[in-house]
Amino acid sequence: MYFSRETLKQSAESRKKWEEEVSNALSQWQDQKERWSTVSDLEIQRIYGPEELQNMDFARDIGCPGEYPFLRGNQITGYRGRYWTFRMFAGMGTARDTNRRWKLLLKQGQTGLSTAFDFPTLMGYDTGNPRALGECGKCGVAIDTLEDFMQLVDGIPLDRITTSMTINPPATVLWAMYCAAADLNGVPLKKIGGTIQNDMLKEFIAQKTFMCPPEPSVKLISDTIEFGTQYVPKWNTISISGYHIREAGSTAVQELAFTLRDGIEYVEDVVRRKGLDVDAFAPRLSFFFNSHIDFFEEICKMRAARRMWAKIMRERFKAKDPRSWWMRFHTQTAGCSLTAQQPYNNVVRTAIEALAAVLGGTQSLHTNSLDEVWCLPTEHAVEIALRTQQVIAEETGVASTIDPLGGSYFVESLTNEMEAQAWEYIEKIDAMGGMIAAIEKGFPQMEIADAAYRFQQQLESGEKVMVGVNRYVTDEGDEIPTLDIDDNIEKEQVERLNGIKRKRDDKAVKRHLNELRRACKKGDNVMPHCIEAVKSLATLQEICDVYREVYGEYTDPAIY
Amino acid sequence: MKEADKIRKGDVRTATRLIRNIEDSIPEAKTAIKHLFPFTGRAHVVGLTGAPGAGKSTLIDSLISRYRKMNKTIGALLVDPTSPFTGGAILGDRIRLQRHAEDPQVFVRSLATRGALGGLSKAAGDAIHVMDAMGKDLVFVETVGTGQQEVEVMNHVHTVVVVMIPGMGDDIQAIKAGILEVADIFVINKADREGAGRLYQELMHMLDMAGTFAGGWRPPIISVDTMFKPELFHEGVEELSTKIDEHYENLVSKNLLGSRLRRKVMAELNEALQSSILTPILRKIIDSGEMESLIEKLIKKETDPYTCAEEIAKKYLR
Amino acid sequence: MTERRIRIMVAKPGLDGHDRGARILSRCFRDAGFEVIYTGCHQTPEQIASAAIQEDVDLVGLSCLSGAHRYLFPRVVELLRERGGDDITVIGGGIIPDQDLQMLHDAGIKAVFTPGASLDSIVQWVRENVSVK
Repeated sequence: MYFSRETLKQSAESRKKWEEEVSNALSQWQDQKERWSTVSDLEIQRIYGPEELQNMDFARDIGCPGEYPFLRGNQITGYRGRYWTFRMFAGMGTARDTNRRWKLLLKQGQTGLSTAFDFPTLMGYDTGNPRALGECGKCGVAIDTLEDFMQLVDGIPLDRITTSMTINPPATVLWAMYCAAADLNGVPLKKIGGTIQNDMLKEFIAQKTFMCPPEPSVKLISDTIEFGTQYVPKWNTISISGYHIREAGSTAVQELAFTLRDGIEYVEDVVRRKGLDVDAFAPRLSFFFNSHIDFFEEICKMRAARRMWAKIMRERFKAKDPRSWWMRFHTQTAGCSLTAQQPYNNVVRTAIEALAAVLGGTQSLHTNSLDEVWCLPTEHAVEIALRTQQVIAEETGVASTIDPLGGSYFVESLTNEMEAQAWEYIEKIDAMGGMIAAIEKGFPQMEIADAAYRFQQQLESGEKVMVGVNRYVTDEGDEIPTLDIDDNIEKEQVERLNGIKRKRDDKAVKRHLNELRRACKKGDNVMPHCIEAVKSLATLQEICDVYREVYGEYTDPAIY
Repeated sequence: MKEADKIRKGDVRTATRLIRNIEDSIPEAKTAIKHLFPFTGRAHVVGLTGAPGAGKSTLIDSLISRYRKMNKTIGALLVDPTSPFTGGAILGDRIRLQRHAEDPQVFVRSLATRGALGGLSKAAGDAIHVMDAMGKDLVFVETVGTGQQEVEVMNHVHTVVVVMIPGMGDDIQAIKAGILEVADIFVINKADREGAGRLYQELMHMLDMAGTFAGGWRPPIISVDTMFKPELFHEGVEELSTKIDEHYENLVSKNLLGSRLRRKVMAELNEALQSSILTPILRKIIDSGEMESLIEKLIKKETDPYTCAEEIAKKYLR
Repeated sequence: MTERRIRIMVAKPGLDGHDRGARILSRCFRDAGFEVIYTGCHQTPEQIASAAIQEDVDLVGLSCLSGAHRYLFPRVVELLRERGGDDITVIGGGIIPDQDLQMLHDAGIKAVFTPGASLDSIVQWVRENVSVK
């Protein structure tokens, strides 16, 4: 029991009295609105008290930091031992441009790197492919071959700095380039650390960067998990992501549920396909959440996520290593909460969202820049965003104690409620036969589309408010400086690629691609072949074309 | 007539606008169809119907690829429901066929069901004529086989393919009864799923009960694996296209095309009569307020539907 | 019984898959009584132009969040003109900085709706500016 009978009795009495007073007050002054709900439309009560928590069991449901079920955090010492990683997502133009931005961020105190790739790279096309015209370097860095990659990591100590790469369909290729670059720089694979996003299920559900159908896509992911377990032990081979699910318009509960269910799908596949023991690879699984503007909802979502994953790993998968029970996650503030109008307000939003992520116990954080509704961030805007994290860490004192909101009637209740709703979704997807089957049915896609449309309608009706958009609107715009990516870099990048193609040994490229093809057909692990192929200067697209040829191509299903 | 000539030369803009005019009931559209009618009858018209999510568009997409390899030209008519509340519609089946968008020999047109008075079947029938007159070798028609309107659309095709997937619960019951009766080919799509065997048994049983078949054509049941197993999927599609061709050949060789055409022209005549006689009368009695007062009277049992109809016929059909 | 109904194509040119806006807009157009053809993600300008012509749409709404609009939007207009679809109105939306508005306008994009534009204002614009020609 969490509360003594005496406490509950006292609370019930005073609550009854208070409720009477409320109804008296309401007869004179109406509330501002009838229904109070989170940004995800979860209804919120006027007050929460011990009654809401009376069925909680401290040891089972709460516990201490670093202790199952990890509601209060993975780390025994919280942020006292070490702050979260300040990891700003950066990438634009050519490899040289991005390398320059990285070095600037490291100089300013950033502690990990994070790469944004342009769309041709994300989709497995080379620069200059007819499908990729106009996209080169636009929303990330353009990488075609290992030579580009070597330029990207030039002067970065790969044995000391960890790097996260937001890459999905061609994750095997970019990771192979990272491994090859380490090798060429004399850094052994067991020393490099970082993350590849490598989460295809959320692409089918939300972000729609896809290449091959779901089943072979998951197989490629299992290959990377197996390879990492054997040869690159410090690497997070997957970042199971709710971020994009949320950006596509899901509710917080949907983000929580679909992300965890994706995680279940991956674990099942590795165990089944590779025969690995769950404890051999589970400690390297990582997650990635969105921190949206509804402060408490986000904190509760992250707390619930940790507790749910711990249960999933221990009860569903029978993991024995406590590190397998940990949900380690990166967080990014919500791009979709930012407004084009009155862009300086975005600094405030991001600060609040970052604070929620910290109170939710994130282990790594990206803060969005104020100008990201308009363009890739300028250097100045990125600096403000990074400083926002530093202010939270060093000045506000929120890192002084662990899980400062733990035990709050409201926070614990909302955490429980979100968890219960998320389990319902997970059970529903289990009943459909798993996430791939659910995706084929269009279930998560439709749930998200409905939620996105509902929010938009609430925004239009004024039920939900975005300052500067539907309330406190001003006519004159705040002019902000924006970053422009030169359209000419496409031509330069194509020339560079053509130059590389001329000088490389085509026979070696062909041989390595054939070996990769054979591995794909036989169901072998593609990673060793992929590393050899990138070393021979096979291009990103040449490798992805092998995947497309063997596994088939996925197209956007007719679900709307 | 210039419009008809342009369409016969394959002009997409003119053809698609004529289909639009038919949907919108522009009177001149009838004249254009009159001019085109003599030049129709060449195309093999294939209807695919089945519940939402059964994978019809994916099958059409693959069938198009296959027939394009044989150098056949293609028309595809995709029917999606109109929202009964707003009159609008989202027509998204095209997504699956977008890789053929750039092929000038493939003409894809989406059609909304509109309201009951919109005459979906008539519009679809005429749209098929337009594609036929353009010289398309094959015309595919896709509908969600759950409404009466869609059943009627199938009267306009030569070969009816009913697409089903296992695990929909009430598999056979989900399909409108009228469609099962006109089915020429059954497809069990995503046949690697649980329940495929049972669905197959149910269909076999249903066909066994039917006993005899016109022209000796017992509808075959084709299993198609999920598209995520490309090789098996393509085998299934190949078998389907072979059966589609065989069915047409059977119609021709057994002299049954005639009876199919009878069904088709009867439907067309029926719809033409509706649009020329019934629809204008309905419009008149709605616009004049007569409909409302008749409804009132009927509710109060002051009259009966037959008497109403006879009075209306007397008044408007002289 | 003639009734003209506006037909609209909502299309996503380029490689980005951020289709939240395109999907919301499609539903909103449907609810406004229009017939909407949705093409899905990852479309080339060529695919969009020929689909728009085949579908006899009055309006093409392009959505792009990757920054490639400067190439993709004008290219759609150009292809429509080449293929006899010059009477089809083209509008755009997405992450589009102010300084690009003029060049898009000059290229024949009739309106650009940037983040925060209300659905009502878009529907209103369509009602006022688009008719069946």
